[in-house]
Amino acid sequence: MTTEPKKTPPLGRVIVVTSGKGGVGKTTSSAAISAGLAKAGFRTVVIDFDVGLRNLDMTMGCERRVVFDFINVIQGDARLKQALIKDKRLETLFILPTSQTRDKDALTKDGVEKVLTELKAEFDYIICDSPAGIEHGAQMAMHFADEAVVVTNPEVSSVRDSDRILGLLSSQTHRAESAGAEPIKAQVLITRYDQARVDIGEMMTVTDVLEILAVPLLGVIPESKAILKASNVGTPVVLDGPSAAAQAYEDAVSRLTGTQVEMRMQGERRPGLFQRLFGRAS
Amino acid sequence: MNLFGFARKKPPTPSARTAKDRLQILLAHERSSSGTAEADYLPMLQRDIVAAIRKHVPIGDKDVEVRMERGDQMSSLEINIELPAAAASTTG
Repeated sequence: MTTEPKKTPPLGRVIVVTSGKGGVGKTTSSAAISAGLAKAGFRTVVIDFDVGLRNLDMTMGCERRVVFDFINVIQGDARLKQALIKDKRLETLFILPTSQTRDKDALTKDGVEKVLTELKAEFDYIICDSPAGIEHGAQMAMHFADEAVVVTNPEVSSVRDSDRILGLLSSQTHRAESAGAEPIKAQVLITRYDQARVDIGEMMTVTDVLEILAVPLLGVIPESKAILKASNVGTPVVLDGPSAAAQAYEDAVSRLTGTQVEMRMQGERRPGLFQRLFGRAS
Repeated sequence: MNLFGFARKKPPTPSARTAKDRLQILLAHERSSSGTAEADYLPMLQRDIVAAIRKHVPIGDKDVEVRMERGDQMSSLEINIELPAAAASTTG
């Protein structure tokens, strides 16, 4: 896949993908959003802030190409250029992986700021894949953000934790602490949405979740088999063939870049009556 | 399961509705208490109260019971102190 890199000066926008609760799809979403942005021609880098667990590299399919990482750069053991991994599929996509073994406190505010400043001079979008929780790593991931994508499942514990994260975004970040700065633009991305279960009242609707969290909606990603399939092979879902989930991520990416896209709710194609009676063809 | 059970069964409240209600009540409290600061103040308050009482009356840790109840409109803080009978008569 080839893309035409933009020739304008870099936008240098820092977006944190965060959630509070684990397992809701932060890394999947970071991978899909950054690949979507790169596919649209934006110079994009995605950074793994999950020191210790490190899963972005696997999701992006570059786990065997990691030599130096984010922590090496912060500690001065490697230059940023040495640690950035260029994506094999997209010209404009780079990955900054993280380390599995080092001490979590290796992420210092000064170190993170220095790396982000350097990246802002070259990239349009800098996507920060946050670890779960509200501890140091998550705080570092959100600290210098301009925008936040809060990933939420339509499920009580996930929504509650998202509310907590929204609180931190509006009180504990660089923008919150500097007088006169515009607050972080926070948006919610609802993942694992199952229209069939919503229809029978077994799952909260998009409206329910938005009413509770009171922030704008970036997108709704349907529950889809395409997600696991894509992560199995280490390809961001937007690059792994057409699917409802890929389409939903592409729409979210368009909205992120300021294009108005209608919200469409589509799930996976439901098996018809005959298919259900006589077994699946596939 | 009764074969004709489905005909008599009341439609249950959709669980999504329950989820939303529970979240709204919970978050209303969590938001009003501005995060982490609130989570710690009850034990601190309890420690201070016990210390203040101990200045005057010898009481044990088990003699003080602090309970907080959060309601929709108001919350109450209940403190029960069991004063030793002898101390109660000498000091007051």
